[in-house]
Amino acid sequence: MWVEFMAISAGNNKPKFWSIRNIFYQSYRLKNRPELIIGLVALCFLSFVVLVPLLQIIKDALTFQSYDLAYEPDGVVGEFTLFHLDRVFNQPISAALFYKPLLNSLKMGFAVTVIALSVGFCLAWLMVRTNVYFKGIFGGMLVIPYMMPSWVMAIAWLSLFKNDRIGGSEGLLTYLTGVQAPDWVAYGFFPIVITLALHYYAYAYLLISGALATVDSELEEAGATSGMGKWKRIRVITMPLLMPAIGSAIVLTFIRILGTFGTPALLGLPVRFFTFSTQIYASINARNQGDAFVLALVLIVLAISFIWINSRIIGVRKSYVTMTGKGFRKSESDLGKMRWPVTVLLILFLCITVAMPLILLLWESLTLIPGDYSLSNLTTYFWKGQGDVSLAYGEPGIIHNKGILGALLNSIKLGFAAAIFNGILGLLVGYAVVRGRGDRLSKWLESIAFAPYIFPSIALGAIYIGMFSTSIGPIPALYGTFTILILITVIKNLPFTSRTGIAAILQIHQSLEEAARVQGIGWFRRMLRIIIPLSMSGLVAGMLLTFITAMRELSLIILLISPGNMVLTGLIFSYQEQDMAQHSSAVTLALVLIIITISVIVRVMSRSAGVGRLNVT
Amino acid sequence: MGQILLNGIVKSYGKEVVVKNLDLTVETGEFLTILGPSGCGKTTTLRMVAGLEEPDQGMIKLDDKVVFSRNDGVVVPPEARHLGLIFQSYALWPHMTVAKNITLALKEQKISKSEIADRLKNALEMVQLTGYAERYPSELSGGQQQRVAVARLIALRPKILLMDEPLSNLDAKLRTEMRASLKRLHRDLTATTVYVTHDQIEALTLSDRVIIMNEGRIMQEGSPYDIYHHPANIFVAEFIGDPGINLFEGKIDNGKIKCSDIEIPLPENFAKNKGRLIVGVRPEKIEVSETKKNGWQEVVTGIIQPTGANTIIEVKAGETPITLLQNGFITLPENSKLWINFEHDTLSFFDPETQENLRNNVG
Repeated sequence: MWVEFMAISAGNNKPKFWSIRNIFYQSYRLKNRPELIIGLVALCFLSFVVLVPLLQIIKDALTFQSYDLAYEPDGVVGEFTLFHLDRVFNQPISAALFYKPLLNSLKMGFAVTVIALSVGFCLAWLMVRTNVYFKGIFGGMLVIPYMMPSWVMAIAWLSLFKNDRIGGSEGLLTYLTGVQAPDWVAYGFFPIVITLALHYYAYAYLLISGALATVDSELEEAGATSGMGKWKRIRVITMPLLMPAIGSAIVLTFIRILGTFGTPALLGLPVRFFTFSTQIYASINARNQGDAFVLALVLIVLAISFIWINSRIIGVRKSYVTMTGKGFRKSESDLGKMRWPVTVLLILFLCITVAMPLILLLWESLTLIPGDYSLSNLTTYFWKGQGDVSLAYGEPGIIHNKGILGALLNSIKLGFAAAIFNGILGLLVGYAVVRGRGDRLSKWLESIAFAPYIFPSIALGAIYIGMFSTSIGPIPALYGTFTILILITVIKNLPFTSRTGIAAILQIHQSLEEAARVQGIGWFRRMLRIIIPLSMSGLVAGMLLTFITAMRELSLIILLISPGNMVLTGLIFSYQEQDMAQHSSAVTLALVLIIITISVIVRVMSRSAGVGRLNVT
Repeated sequence: MGQILLNGIVKSYGKEVVVKNLDLTVETGEFLTILGPSGCGKTTTLRMVAGLEEPDQGMIKLDDKVVFSRNDGVVVPPEARHLGLIFQSYALWPHMTVAKNITLALKEQKISKSEIADRLKNALEMVQLTGYAERYPSELSGGQQQRVAVARLIALRPKILLMDEPLSNLDAKLRTEMRASLKRLHRDLTATTVYVTHDQIEALTLSDRVIIMNEGRIMQEGSPYDIYHHPANIFVAEFIGDPGINLFEGKIDNGKIKCSDIEIPLPENFAKNKGRLIVGVRPEKIEVSETKKNGWQEVVTGIIQPTGANTIIEVKAGETPITLLQNGFITLPENSKLWINFEHDTLSFFDPETQENLRNNVG
């Protein structure tokens, strides 16, 4: 009777949603579907750390804040106001605060993207599709810039071209030739674009060479047999297949450029060349957080519209295809007489992008008096000096410097913590998304895990200042703590690690887990014995990437670091600001070496542990 | 021990209803096969018994214990249902050796080490894989992998065995071998077995009882003999049998059924009927003669396919194609003349409207 009643009352033969029996049933059901529980928890957590902060700064930007009283003493704190918007968009100050930085950022973004992409594309083509010499060595060397912080090149540039404009020592060029580099070479738009492009080409190279390697040459041969010439084959067959990777490279590079802080700060601030990111930093430092929030929001809107335009051109479905390393038969075209010249050109390129900056850093760190690059001026003081009052404000050399060693420890802690949390979170998100496929929850989770991608680094930092500078419920104010650095690093890397997690779980056929289920093995043991071991190779790669990113990150955390949670990158920046070139060079070099060493160790370890050799059906 | 009961099971994915109000009982120790074309809901049904899918409606009992009831809000997870399932892909864990694959679940159950070792040895013996304990699945052939999956089941000693197309990834010869060994396994474990397949030979050779499903409904259930000889409807008649059954639609006229090119005399109880009728006759039940016989239908041969023990002969009566199956290796030139005859008691009659069988013949 009851059954019939329910069947009739709910047209589609299901009991009513809010009936007590149904609630019982749903809770039973939830117990049986760990992916739903994980999905729900992850969704709540991510909403709290991604969406809530965003709403918070929108609210802060639109309400009157206590720090605004300096400009408008009559304002009521907490009231709705267009004051910030007005200041940023519609006042005489807006030109300096908004329009100029906007123009600079866009100019910089386009220029760097175009150069980095062309360079990356040519390199990818040379490495994958031609018979250039020393491919093995080049392949490893070309990605080294990717492991270095983006502003290493900027520091190297300053060592070369620093002129007398801002006082202090001068660069190698002046030392060797006596000629002062003109301002436009030493500072501002030109060097920023060059140095950033020489870093970001590595992203384009990695993405495009990955895609190029998956283009089956049989496809081109099929074109050849139907009578297409070489160039037509490239235009009609190869290029369209590469478009998704090129699109991702464009988006990735452009958004990163919008949010990048280190290089524009080092090379732009001395000549008051402001970009969005440096302007946000300046506004926060000047305690005009409202301005910074509005700028951050504009930056996010810019990034979103850029992704949108790109996806309209390339096609939504295609723009983020993941590239797998699956090998096909590849055809290499013979460079012929050009084989050696091209190889030499590549060696030169690597000298400029990899060897030169590292050598300059080393040299700089070994000079006693800055600006004097003679052999007699060489010293190891900045590496192992005890601290001499007459030198560099009495700062001891690296191995005796508590500040540096503390920051180093923090950096490594940050790298490991971010890698581990990202690994776990990526795995859980991947699990919940893949196992819950078809549910709305899965879709929401996937989108929200991807959301940090659209926040340029500096904007996310600004958002976190807005959110965590006061306590929220049981959560204390996180500003100035180490926790907030871990949190923001984990969140910023989540789009990549959750993608890795999704890909890893997709590889594991559902039946492998179901076989364990029917044999009575509970969820936790299944994860431990089956899911984690089988997804290990993907996870380790993702975690290594997070580690590297966390160690070299500056733009993301520059707004959040203080003496209490100092990391190496922040320390380098402050040395550079204080014109302590030897210290900043020494620490930068140490940082780069640590990153490279650790990533080599992890790669060797994971290879010898057999991860990646598994044949997962 | 081991009875399975499904009551009023409904399952849909989105708007598509894949199982429609299914009632089913599997008796203790029985070997039941669910047979049907792909997408008929058979695998979904099996997965609902295992607990890997949730029905939208209905109740499932294992051993008199309710493991799922939508109305009482009971859902017992697969971990707690204690049954054995063999997957189409075998689902061996690629990162574990054969021994680990077999013993993982036992270790989780906190069974003593010596007992685990005994069960492992025993299971490997039963599937003739002694000596393969330390191999990885990728180092085994398809048939060996399948046997590891079986050994994993044996070691757990479930009272209910579920098999989801376990032979479909094997080549034809191995399939025949493994079929026999699965039947042996069922006998040795005396476990209630539900076997899902789209292969009618597996269904006919293995089962005590066969259920034929189509579009989420049971079309017929019965012994392999019954479903072959007394198909309940046209779907079953066509689905079972290879080469397929011959079907002729025609009008009842004067004690005969008249199709376009042939006439078949009807048994008395049908002779009085009026209207249209579909006649079904299995290829091997049609009598064939190479010499003219009185009252027999003359036909002309087309393609001849000897398969070794049997020969499939396609013939035409006028424009109507008819398939014949004869013993032995027969070679005949195309366009030879043959004479065929239909015996009353080998014919099935179906209603063209309802597609139901009107009279089960006596076979």
